[in-house]
Amino acid sequence: MSPFALAWEQFRFERKIFWRNPSAAFFNFVLPLLLLVLIASAFGSEADELDVLIPGIAGMSVLGTTFTALTYEMTWLREDGILKRVGGTPLPTTSFIGGILASAVVNAFLQVGLVVLIGHFAYGVDWPAHWLSLLGFTALGVACFGALGVAFAHAVPNMDSAPAYVNAVFVPLIFISGVFYSAESLPPVLEGIAEALPLKHLIDCLSYAIVGGDYAVTAPAIVLGWTLAGLVLAVRYFRWE
Amino acid sequence: MAGLAIEVADLHKSYGATAAVRGVSFGVREGEVFGLLGPNGAGKTTTVEILEGHRKRNSGRVSVLGHDPEERDRRLQERVGIVLQSGGFYPRVTVQEAVAHFAKAYPRPRDTAETIALVGLEQKSDSRANELSGGQRRRLDLALALVGDPELVFLDEPTTGFDPAARRTAWDTIRTLKELGKTVVLTTHYLEEAQELADRVAIVKDGRIVAEGPPGELGPGSYRVSYVSEGRRVTHETDDPTELLHRLTRDAVARGERLDGLEVKRPTLEEVYLELTKEEAER
Repeated sequence: MSPFALAWEQFRFERKIFWRNPSAAFFNFVLPLLLLVLIASAFGSEADELDVLIPGIAGMSVLGTTFTALTYEMTWLREDGILKRVGGTPLPTTSFIGGILASAVVNAFLQVGLVVLIGHFAYGVDWPAHWLSLLGFTALGVACFGALGVAFAHAVPNMDSAPAYVNAVFVPLIFISGVFYSAESLPPVLEGIAEALPLKHLIDCLSYAIVGGDYAVTAPAIVLGWTLAGLVLAVRYFRWE
Repeated sequence: MAGLAIEVADLHKSYGATAAVRGVSFGVREGEVFGLLGPNGAGKTTTVEILEGHRKRNSGRVSVLGHDPEERDRRLQERVGIVLQSGGFYPRVTVQEAVAHFAKAYPRPRDTAETIALVGLEQKSDSRANELSGGQRRRLDLALALVGDPELVFLDEPTTGFDPAARRTAWDTIRTLKELGKTVVLTTHYLEEAQELADRVAIVKDGRIVAEGPPGELGPGSYRVSYVSEGRRVTHETDDPTELLHRLTRDAVARGERLDGLEVKRPTLEEVYLELTKEEAER
Protein backbone atom coordinates (compact mmCIF):
# COMPACT_ATOMS: atom_id res chain seq x y z
CA MET A 1 0.00 0.00 0.00
CA SER A 2 1.11 3.54 -0.65
CA PRO A 3 1.90 5.81 2.31
CA PHE A 4 -1.29 7.72 1.55
CA ALA A 5 -3.44 4.56 1.58
CA LEU A 6 -1.78 3.53 4.85
CA ALA A 7 -2.56 6.95 6.37
CA TRP A 8 -6.20 6.42 5.34
CA GLU A 9 -6.19 2.97 6.98
CA GLN A 10 -4.68 4.47 10.13
CA PHE A 11 -7.34 7.19 10.08
CA ARG A 12 -10.15 4.61 9.83
CA PHE A 13 -8.55 2.61 12.64
CA GLU A 14 -8.39 5.75 14.82
CA ARG A 15 -12.05 6.54 14.15
CA LYS A 16 -13.02 3.02 15.11
CA ILE A 17 -11.20 3.07 18.43
CA PHE A 18 -12.07 6.68 19.31
CA TRP A 19 -15.61 5.79 20.34
CA ARG A 20 -14.39 2.80 22.35
CA ASN A 21 -12.83 5.16 24.88
CA PRO A 22 -15.83 6.83 26.52
CA SER A 23 -13.86 9.28 28.67
CA ALA A 24 -11.97 10.65 25.67
CA ALA A 25 -15.19 10.87 23.69
CA PHE A 26 -16.76 12.77 26.60
CA PHE A 27 -13.97 15.33 26.84
CA ASN A 28 -13.90 15.77 23.10
CA PHE A 29 -17.57 16.15 22.49
CA VAL A 30 -19.71 16.64 25.51
CA LEU A 31 -17.70 18.95 27.76
CA PRO A 32 -17.43 22.02 25.48
CA LEU A 33 -21.08 21.71 24.46
CA LEU A 34 -22.10 21.33 28.08
CA LEU A 35 -20.19 24.50 28.95
CA LEU A 36 -21.85 26.32 26.08
CA VAL A 37 -25.32 25.32 27.21
CA LEU A 38 -24.64 25.95 30.92
CA ILE A 39 -23.07 29.36 30.46
CA ALA A 40 -25.63 30.48 27.90
CA SER A 41 -28.41 29.39 30.23
CA ALA A 42 -26.89 30.73 33.46
CA PHE A 43 -25.65 34.11 32.29
CA GLY A 44 -28.49 34.95 30.01
CA SER A 45 -28.64 34.62 26.31
CA GLU A 46 -28.25 38.25 25.38
CA ALA A 47 -27.16 38.55 21.77
CA ASP A 48 -23.93 40.40 22.56
CA GLU A 49 -22.95 37.80 25.18
CA LEU A 50 -23.65 34.96 22.77
CA ASP A 51 -21.55 36.75 20.18
CA VAL A 52 -18.61 36.34 22.53
CA LEU A 53 -19.49 32.88 23.83
CA ILE A 54 -20.14 31.03 20.55
CA PRO A 55 -16.78 31.85 18.88
CA GLY A 56 -15.10 31.35 22.28
CA ILE A 57 -16.51 27.85 22.69
CA ALA A 58 -15.66 27.11 19.06
CA GLY A 59 -12.04 28.08 19.78
CA MET A 60 -12.03 26.02 22.96
CA SER A 61 -13.35 23.08 20.93
CA VAL A 62 -10.46 23.35 18.50
CA LEU A 63 -8.07 23.50 21.46
CA GLY A 64 -9.65 20.47 23.15
CA THR A 65 -9.93 18.22 20.10
CA THR A 66 -6.39 18.90 18.91
CA PHE A 67 -4.00 20.22 21.56
CA THR A 68 -5.47 18.38 24.54
CA ALA A 69 -6.39 15.20 22.67
CA LEU A 70 -3.07 14.91 20.85
CA THR A 71 -0.96 15.64 23.93
CA TYR A 72 -2.70 12.76 25.67
CA GLU A 73 -2.64 10.49 22.65
CA MET A 74 1.00 11.01 21.70
CA THR A 75 2.13 10.65 25.32
CA TRP A 76 0.13 7.46 25.66
CA LEU A 77 1.35 6.00 22.35
CA ARG A 78 4.92 6.65 23.40
CA GLU A 79 4.65 5.48 27.02
CA ASP A 80 2.67 2.34 26.18
CA GLY A 81 5.19 1.26 23.54
CA ILE A 82 2.91 1.60 20.52
CA LEU A 83 5.19 4.18 18.90
CA LYS A 84 8.11 1.82 19.44
CA ARG A 85 6.19 -1.04 17.86
CA VAL A 86 5.17 1.05 14.88
CA GLY A 87 8.76 2.28 14.55
CA GLY A 88 9.86 -1.30 13.95
CA THR A 89 7.29 -1.98 11.23
CA PRO A 90 7.24 -0.76 7.63
CA LEU A 91 4.28 1.53 8.42
CA PRO A 92 5.73 4.97 7.55
CA THR A 93 5.80 7.37 10.50
CA THR A 94 4.17 10.04 8.34
CA SER A 95 1.24 7.72 7.53
CA PHE A 96 0.84 6.75 11.18
CA ILE A 97 0.95 10.30 12.55
CA GLY A 98 -1.03 11.55 9.54
CA GLY A 99 -3.90 9.16 10.32
CA ILE A 100 -3.95 10.27 13.95
CA LEU A 101 -3.91 13.97 13.02
CA ALA A 102 -6.67 13.47 10.46
CA SER A 103 -8.84 11.90 13.12
CA ALA A 104 -8.28 14.90 15.41
CA VAL A 105 -9.12 17.23 12.51
CA VAL A 106 -12.44 15.46 11.97
CA ASN A 107 -13.25 15.83 15.67
CA ALA A 108 -12.42 19.54 15.57
CA PHE A 109 -14.60 20.25 12.55
CA LEU A 110 -17.47 18.16 13.94
CA GLN A 111 -17.24 20.05 17.20
CA VAL A 112 -17.14 23.51 15.65
CA GLY A 113 -20.07 22.47 13.47
CA LEU A 114 -22.05 21.38 16.53
CA VAL A 115 -21.30 24.66 18.32
CA VAL A 116 -22.63 26.60 15.34
CA LEU A 117 -25.71 24.38 15.09
CA ILE A 118 -26.53 24.67 18.80
CA GLY A 119 -25.97 28.42 18.68
CA HIS A 120 -28.37 28.76 15.78
CA PHE A 121 -31.13 26.39 16.79
CA ALA A 122 -31.04 26.66 20.60
CA TYR A 123 -30.16 30.31 21.02
CA GLY A 124 -31.27 31.87 17.76
CA VAL A 125 -27.83 33.10 16.75
CA ASP A 126 -27.57 33.94 13.05
CA TRP A 127 -25.85 31.53 10.68
CA PRO A 128 -22.12 32.27 10.36
CA ALA A 129 -21.37 35.47 8.49
CA HIS A 130 -18.50 33.98 6.48
CA TRP A 131 -18.69 30.21 5.90
CA LEU A 132 -15.47 29.92 3.93
CA SER A 133 -13.57 31.89 6.54
CA LEU A 134 -15.01 29.61 9.21
CA LEU A 135 -13.62 26.59 7.37
CA GLY A 136 -10.28 28.26 6.75
CA PHE A 137 -9.77 29.58 10.27
CA THR A 138 -10.86 26.29 11.82
CA ALA A 139 -8.28 24.56 9.62
CA LEU A 140 -5.63 27.07 10.70
CA GLY A 141 -6.50 26.52 14.37
CA VAL A 142 -6.41 22.75 13.91
CA ALA A 143 -2.96 22.94 12.30
CA CYS A 144 -1.70 25.22 15.05
CA PHE A 145 -2.98 23.36 18.08
CA GLY A 146 -2.41 19.96 16.49
CA ALA A 147 1.28 20.72 15.98
CA LEU A 148 1.54 22.24 19.45
CA GLY A 149 -0.16 19.18 20.97
CA VAL A 150 2.31 16.77 19.36
CA ALA A 151 5.18 19.04 20.41
CA PHE A 152 3.89 19.42 23.98
CA ALA A 153 3.62 15.62 24.35
CA HIS A 154 7.41 15.47 24.01
CA ALA A 155 7.64 17.47 27.24
CA VAL A 156 5.23 15.25 29.19
CA PRO A 157 7.31 12.66 31.05
CA ASN A 158 4.64 10.00 31.57
CA MET A 159 0.94 9.24 31.40
CA ASP A 160 0.33 9.91 35.11
CA SER A 161 1.50 13.51 34.79
CA ALA A 162 -0.23 14.17 31.46
CA PRO A 163 -3.46 15.62 32.98
CA ALA A 164 -1.45 18.03 35.11
CA TYR A 165 0.64 19.20 32.14
CA VAL A 166 -2.38 19.57 29.87
CA ASN A 167 -4.57 21.39 32.37
CA ALA A 168 -1.75 23.69 33.44
CA VAL A 169 -1.98 25.05 29.89
CA PHE A 170 -5.60 24.44 29.00
CA VAL A 171 -7.39 25.98 31.99
CA PRO A 172 -5.47 29.29 32.24
CA LEU A 173 -5.45 29.62 28.48
CA ILE A 174 -9.22 29.41 28.05
CA PHE A 175 -9.74 31.88 30.91
CA ILE A 176 -7.41 34.56 29.54
CA SER A 177 -8.26 34.09 25.87
CA GLY A 178 -11.85 35.31 25.95
CA VAL A 179 -13.71 32.04 25.72
CA PHE A 180 -16.37 33.02 28.27
CA TYR A 181 -16.12 36.78 28.26
CA SER A 182 -14.41 39.41 26.20
CA ALA A 183 -10.63 39.38 26.71
CA GLU A 184 -10.61 43.18 26.81
CA SER A 185 -11.91 43.10 30.39
CA LEU A 186 -8.73 41.38 31.66
CA PRO A 187 -5.96 43.04 33.70
CA PRO A 188 -3.19 44.31 31.35
CA VAL A 189 -0.64 41.67 32.36
CA LEU A 190 -3.00 38.78 31.58
CA GLU A 191 -4.15 40.50 28.42
CA GLY A 192 -0.51 40.79 27.35
CA ILE A 193 0.01 37.07 27.88
CA ALA A 194 -3.16 36.26 25.97
CA GLU A 195 -2.02 38.53 23.14
CA ALA A 196 1.22 36.56 22.82
CA LEU A 197 -0.52 33.18 22.70
CA PRO A 198 -2.53 31.85 19.76
CA LEU A 199 -5.95 31.03 21.23
CA LYS A 200 -7.21 34.59 21.62
CA HIS A 201 -6.26 35.36 18.03
CA LEU A 202 -7.92 32.19 16.77
CA ILE A 203 -11.10 33.21 18.63
CA ASP A 204 -10.90 36.68 17.07
CA CYS A 205 -10.72 35.06 13.63
CA LEU A 206 -13.58 32.68 14.44
CA SER A 207 -15.59 35.62 15.77
CA TYR A 208 -15.19 37.37 12.43
CA ALA A 209 -16.29 34.21 10.60
CA ILE A 210 -19.27 33.46 12.85
CA VAL A 211 -20.47 36.85 14.08
CA GLY A 212 -19.03 39.16 11.48
CA GLY A 213 -17.29 42.46 12.13
CA ASP A 214 -13.57 42.71 11.71
CA TYR A 215 -10.28 41.09 12.70
CA ALA A 216 -6.71 42.33 12.76
CA VAL A 217 -4.45 40.84 10.06
CA THR A 218 -1.96 40.16 12.84
CA ALA A 219 -4.39 37.63 14.38
CA PRO A 220 -4.07 34.86 11.75
CA ALA A 221 -0.38 35.75 11.36
CA ILE A 222 0.27 35.06 15.06
CA VAL A 223 -1.64 31.75 14.85
CA LEU A 224 0.41 30.83 11.79
CA GLY A 225 3.63 31.69 13.61
CA TRP A 226 2.71 29.35 16.47
CA THR A 227 1.82 26.68 13.91
CA LEU A 228 5.31 26.83 12.40
CA ALA A 229 6.93 26.83 15.83
CA GLY A 230 4.80 23.84 16.82
CA LEU A 231 5.76 21.92 13.67
CA VAL A 232 9.47 22.54 14.22
CA LEU A 233 9.27 21.47 17.88
CA ALA A 234 7.07 18.45 17.06
CA VAL A 235 9.59 17.11 14.55
CA ARG A 236 12.77 18.23 16.32
CA TYR A 237 12.01 16.57 19.67
CA PHE A 238 10.14 13.52 18.40
CA ARG A 239 11.11 10.37 20.29
CA TRP A 240 10.02 6.80 19.84
CA GLU A 241 10.01 5.77 23.51
CA MET B 1 26.99 -23.16 4.60
CA ALA B 2 24.19 -20.65 4.88
CA GLY B 3 24.94 -16.96 4.43
CA LEU B 4 24.93 -14.44 7.25
CA ALA B 5 21.67 -12.74 8.13
CA ILE B 6 23.37 -10.43 10.61
CA GLU B 7 26.93 -9.20 10.89
CA VAL B 8 28.12 -7.08 13.80
CA ALA B 9 31.68 -5.80 14.06
CA ASP B 10 33.17 -3.88 16.97
CA LEU B 11 29.86 -2.41 18.11
CA HIS B 12 29.99 0.28 20.79
CA LYS B 13 27.14 2.06 22.57
CA SER B 14 27.21 4.36 25.60
CA TYR B 15 24.48 6.10 27.53
CA GLY B 16 26.19 9.23 28.79
CA ALA B 17 29.25 8.04 30.71
CA THR B 18 27.95 4.46 30.98
CA ALA B 19 29.27 2.08 28.32
CA ALA B 20 26.54 -0.50 27.67
CA VAL B 21 28.15 -2.26 24.71
CA ARG B 22 31.93 -2.28 24.46
CA GLY B 23 33.19 -3.82 21.24
CA VAL B 24 30.78 -6.63 20.34
CA SER B 25 31.30 -8.69 17.17
CA PHE B 26 29.31 -11.68 15.98
CA GLY B 27 27.49 -13.15 13.02
CA VAL B 28 24.08 -14.83 12.78
CA ARG B 29 23.61 -17.41 10.02
CA GLU B 30 20.44 -17.58 7.98
CA GLY B 31 17.94 -20.01 9.44
CA GLU B 32 19.56 -20.44 12.83
CA VAL B 33 18.37 -19.59 16.31
CA PHE B 34 21.02 -17.38 17.84
CA GLY B 35 20.95 -16.72 21.57
CA LEU B 36 22.39 -13.71 23.34
CA LEU B 37 22.81 -14.89 26.89
CA GLY B 38 23.86 -12.86 29.87
CA PRO B 39 22.86 -11.40 33.21
CA ASN B 40 20.53 -8.40 33.43
CA GLY B 41 22.31 -5.23 32.37
CA ALA B 42 24.96 -7.07 30.34
CA GLY B 43 24.09 -5.19 27.14
CA LYS B 44 21.90 -7.80 25.44
CA THR B 45 18.85 -5.60 24.99
CA THR B 46 20.93 -2.61 23.86
CA THR B 47 22.61 -4.81 21.24
CA VAL B 48 19.29 -6.19 19.98
CA GLU B 49 17.67 -2.74 19.93
CA ILE B 50 20.51 -1.48 17.73
CA LEU B 51 19.91 -4.43 15.37
CA GLU B 52 16.17 -3.63 15.37
CA GLY B 53 16.82 0.00 14.47
CA HIS B 54 15.42 1.30 17.76
CA ARG B 55 18.77 2.69 18.91
CA LYS B 56 21.71 4.34 17.26
CA ARG B 57 25.20 2.99 17.83
CA ASN B 58 28.22 5.11 18.70
CA SER B 59 30.56 3.13 16.45
CA GLY B 60 31.05 -0.20 14.74
CA ARG B 61 29.58 -1.87 11.68
CA VAL B 62 26.12 -3.49 11.64
CA SER B 63 24.47 -5.27 8.75
CA VAL B 64 20.99 -6.79 9.03
CA LEU B 65 19.83 -8.62 5.87
CA GLY B 66 22.24 -6.38 3.98
CA HIS B 67 20.89 -3.13 5.44
CA ASP B 68 22.07 -0.72 8.10
CA PRO B 69 19.15 -0.85 10.59
CA GLU B 70 19.86 2.71 11.75
CA GLU B 71 18.40 3.98 8.46
CA ARG B 72 15.01 2.45 9.31
CA ASP B 73 14.62 1.45 5.68
CA ARG B 74 11.11 0.24 4.91
CA ARG B 75 12.54 -2.52 2.69
CA LEU B 76 14.35 -3.93 5.73
CA GLN B 77 11.42 -3.46 8.12
CA GLU B 78 9.20 -5.46 5.75
CA ARG B 79 11.47 -8.49 6.28
CA VAL B 80 11.90 -8.26 10.06
CA GLY B 81 9.57 -9.08 12.95
CA ILE B 82 10.17 -7.60 16.38
CA VAL B 83 8.74 -8.87 19.64
CA LEU B 84 8.89 -6.17 22.28
CA GLN B 85 9.83 -6.86 25.89
CA SER B 86 6.53 -5.34 27.02
CA GLY B 87 3.59 -3.22 25.98
CA GLY B 88 2.73 -1.82 22.59
CA PHE B 89 -0.97 -2.74 22.44
CA TYR B 90 -4.13 -0.80 21.81
CA PRO B 91 -6.16 -1.84 24.87
CA ARG B 92 -9.59 -1.60 23.21
CA VAL B 93 -8.71 -3.41 20.00
CA THR B 94 -9.35 -7.12 19.56
CA VAL B 95 -6.66 -9.64 18.66
CA GLN B 96 -8.18 -10.06 15.21
CA GLU B 97 -8.39 -6.29 14.59
CA ALA B 98 -4.83 -5.64 15.78
CA VAL B 99 -3.32 -8.38 13.62
CA ALA B 100 -5.36 -7.30 10.58
CA HIS B 101 -4.36 -3.66 11.09
CA PHE B 102 -0.63 -4.26 11.39
CA ALA B 103 -0.77 -6.65 8.40
CA LYS B 104 -1.61 -3.75 6.09
CA ALA B 105 1.86 -2.24 6.16
CA TYR B 106 3.50 -5.39 4.74
CA PRO B 107 3.73 -6.31 1.06
CA ARG B 108 3.00 -10.04 1.53
CA PRO B 109 1.35 -10.48 4.92
CA ARG B 110 0.46 -13.82 6.39
CA ASP B 111 -3.29 -14.46 6.62
CA THR B 112 -4.73 -12.94 9.82
CA ALA B 113 -6.51 -16.08 11.04
CA GLU B 114 -3.49 -18.22 10.19
CA THR B 115 -1.20 -15.88 12.15
CA ILE B 116 -3.50 -16.00 15.17
CA ALA B 117 -3.58 -19.80 14.96
CA LEU B 118 0.21 -19.93 14.70
CA VAL B 119 0.52 -18.38 18.16
CA GLY B 120 -2.44 -20.34 19.56
CA LEU B 121 -4.80 -17.43 20.18
CA GLU B 122 -7.78 -18.68 18.11
CA GLN B 123 -10.00 -18.80 21.18
CA LYS B 124 -9.18 -15.17 22.00
CA SER B 125 -9.54 -13.78 18.49
CA ASP B 126 -12.43 -11.48 19.47
CA SER B 127 -11.06 -10.47 22.88
CA ARG B 128 -9.65 -7.00 23.36
CA ALA B 129 -5.99 -6.69 24.38
CA ASN B 130 -6.95 -5.43 27.84
CA GLU B 131 -8.92 -8.63 28.43
CA LEU B 132 -5.93 -10.92 27.76
CA SER B 133 -3.70 -12.50 30.39
CA GLY B 134 -0.01 -11.62 30.49
CA GLY B 135 0.95 -14.76 28.58
CA GLN B 136 -1.76 -14.19 25.97
CA ARG B 137 -0.49 -10.66 25.42
CA ARG B 138 2.99 -11.98 24.75
CA ARG B 139 1.45 -14.30 22.17
CA LEU B 140 -0.36 -11.36 20.57
CA ASP B 141 3.00 -9.60 20.53
CA LEU B 142 4.45 -12.57 18.67
CA ALA B 143 1.51 -12.59 16.25
CA LEU B 144 2.11 -8.91 15.44
CA ALA B 145 5.78 -9.71 14.80
CA LEU B 146 4.91 -12.63 12.50
CA VAL B 147 2.02 -11.16 10.50
CA GLY B 148 4.40 -9.68 7.90
CA ASP B 149 5.88 -13.16 7.33
CA PRO B 150 9.38 -11.95 8.24
CA GLU B 151 12.64 -13.73 7.44
CA LEU B 152 14.21 -12.58 10.67
CA VAL B 153 12.56 -12.43 14.08
CA PHE B 154 13.88 -10.66 17.18
CA LEU B 155 12.71 -12.00 20.52
CA ASP B 156 13.84 -9.99 23.53
CA GLU B 157 13.45 -12.00 26.75
CA PRO B 158 10.41 -13.83 25.35
CA THR B 159 9.60 -15.87 28.45
CA THR B 160 10.54 -13.58 31.34
CA GLY B 161 7.89 -13.94 34.02
CA PHE B 162 6.31 -17.06 32.46
CA ASP B 163 5.37 -20.09 34.51
CA PRO B 164 7.02 -23.36 33.42
CA ALA B 165 4.04 -24.51 31.34
CA ALA B 166 3.77 -21.21 29.46
CA ARG B 167 7.52 -21.31 28.90
CA ARG B 168 7.27 -24.75 27.26
CA THR B 169 4.51 -23.46 24.98
CA ALA B 170 6.61 -20.46 23.99
CA TRP B 171 9.56 -22.72 23.28
CA ASP B 172 7.41 -24.82 20.96
CA THR B 173 6.42 -21.67 19.08
CA ILE B 174 10.07 -20.66 18.70
CA ARG B 175 10.90 -24.14 17.39
CA THR B 176 8.04 -23.68 14.90
CA LEU B 177 9.72 -20.48 13.69
CA LYS B 178 12.91 -22.39 13.08
CA GLU B 179 11.01 -25.09 11.20
CA LEU B 180 9.50 -22.35 9.03
CA GLY B 181 13.06 -21.42 8.09
CA LYS B 182 13.16 -18.13 10.01
CA THR B 183 16.30 -16.70 11.47
CA VAL B 184 15.72 -16.01 15.15
CA VAL B 185 17.70 -13.76 17.47
CA LEU B 186 16.79 -14.46 21.06
CA THR B 187 17.97 -12.72 24.20
CA THR B 188 17.55 -14.47 27.49
CA HIS B 189 19.00 -14.74 30.95
CA TYR B 190 17.71 -18.30 31.31
CA LEU B 191 20.52 -20.77 30.58
CA GLU B 192 18.06 -23.59 30.09
CA GLU B 193 16.25 -21.60 27.42
CA ALA B 194 19.43 -20.95 25.46
CA GLN B 195 20.41 -24.61 25.81
CA GLU B 196 17.00 -25.79 24.60
CA LEU B 197 16.49 -23.44 21.68
CA ALA B 198 19.68 -21.90 20.37
CA ASP B 199 21.86 -23.38 17.65
CA ARG B 200 24.58 -21.03 18.81
CA VAL B 201 24.87 -18.68 21.74
CA ALA B 202 27.03 -15.73 22.65
CA ILE B 203 27.54 -15.06 26.34
CA VAL B 204 27.48 -11.32 26.99
CA LYS B 205 29.02 -9.84 30.11
CA ASP B 206 29.67 -6.18 30.86
CA GLY B 207 29.07 -5.18 27.25
CA ARG B 208 31.41 -7.77 25.75
CA ILE B 209 31.05 -11.26 24.33
CA VAL B 210 33.02 -13.63 26.55
CA ALA B 211 32.20 -16.87 24.71
CA GLU B 212 30.46 -17.87 21.50
CA GLY B 213 29.49 -21.18 19.92
CA PRO B 214 26.94 -24.00 20.03
CA PRO B 215 25.64 -24.32 23.61
CA GLY B 216 27.16 -27.80 23.95
CA GLU B 217 30.64 -26.81 22.87
CA LEU B 218 31.24 -23.60 24.77
CA GLY B 219 34.04 -22.84 27.10
CA PRO B 220 37.75 -23.42 27.58
CA GLY B 221 39.09 -26.98 28.06
CA SER B 222 35.93 -28.38 26.63
CA TYR B 223 36.11 -31.92 28.15
CA ARG B 224 36.57 -32.83 31.79
CA VAL B 225 38.07 -36.21 32.64
CA SER B 226 38.06 -37.09 36.31
CA TYR B 227 38.60 -40.08 38.61
CA VAL B 228 39.05 -40.75 42.31
CA SER B 229 42.56 -41.34 43.56
CA GLU B 230 43.32 -41.83 47.30
CA GLY B 231 39.90 -40.50 48.22
CA ARG B 232 40.18 -37.30 46.17
CA ARG B 233 38.70 -36.55 42.78
CA VAL B 234 41.35 -35.58 40.26
CA THR B 235 40.12 -33.54 37.27
CA HIS B 236 41.86 -32.92 33.96
CA GLU B 237 40.58 -30.53 31.31
CA THR B 238 41.34 -31.30 27.71
CA ASP B 239 40.35 -30.66 24.13
CA ASP B 240 41.43 -34.20 23.19
CA PRO B 241 39.83 -36.70 25.57
CA THR B 242 40.81 -39.72 23.43
CA GLU B 243 44.51 -39.14 23.87
CA LEU B 244 44.15 -38.26 27.55
CA LEU B 245 42.02 -41.30 28.35
CA HIS B 246 44.46 -43.55 26.52
CA ARG B 247 47.35 -42.20 28.56
CA LEU B 248 45.51 -42.34 31.89
CA THR B 249 44.18 -45.88 31.43
CA ARG B 250 47.47 -47.18 30.02
CA ASP B 251 49.40 -45.84 33.01
CA ALA B 252 46.81 -47.16 35.45
CA VAL B 253 46.87 -50.64 33.88
CA ALA B 254 50.68 -50.60 33.94
CA ARG B 255 50.58 -49.82 37.68
CA GLY B 256 47.88 -52.43 38.21
CA GLU B 257 45.44 -49.80 39.52
CA ARG B 258 41.82 -49.06 38.80
CA LEU B 259 40.59 -45.57 37.99
CA ASP B 260 37.68 -45.40 40.39
CA GLY B 261 34.74 -43.22 39.42
CA LEU B 262 36.19 -42.45 35.97
CA GLU B 263 34.08 -39.85 34.18
CA VAL B 264 34.29 -37.97 30.90
CA LYS B 265 31.98 -34.96 30.92
CA ARG B 266 31.37 -31.86 28.95
CA PRO B 267 30.76 -28.90 31.21
CA THR B 268 27.14 -27.81 31.07
CA LEU B 269 26.31 -24.42 29.68
CA GLU B 270 25.57 -23.36 33.23
CA GLU B 271 29.05 -24.34 34.42
CA VAL B 272 30.68 -22.51 31.53
CA TYR B 273 28.48 -19.50 32.09
CA LEU B 274 29.16 -19.30 35.81
CA GLU B 275 32.86 -19.77 35.27
CA LEU B 276 33.05 -17.06 32.63
CA THR B 277 30.98 -14.57 34.53
CA LYS B 278 32.89 -15.30 37.74
CA GLU B 279 36.22 -14.68 36.02
CA GLU B 280 34.93 -11.34 34.90
CA ALA B 281 33.78 -10.43 38.38
CA GLU B 282 37.15 -11.24 39.95
CA ARG B 283 39.13 -8.95 37.69
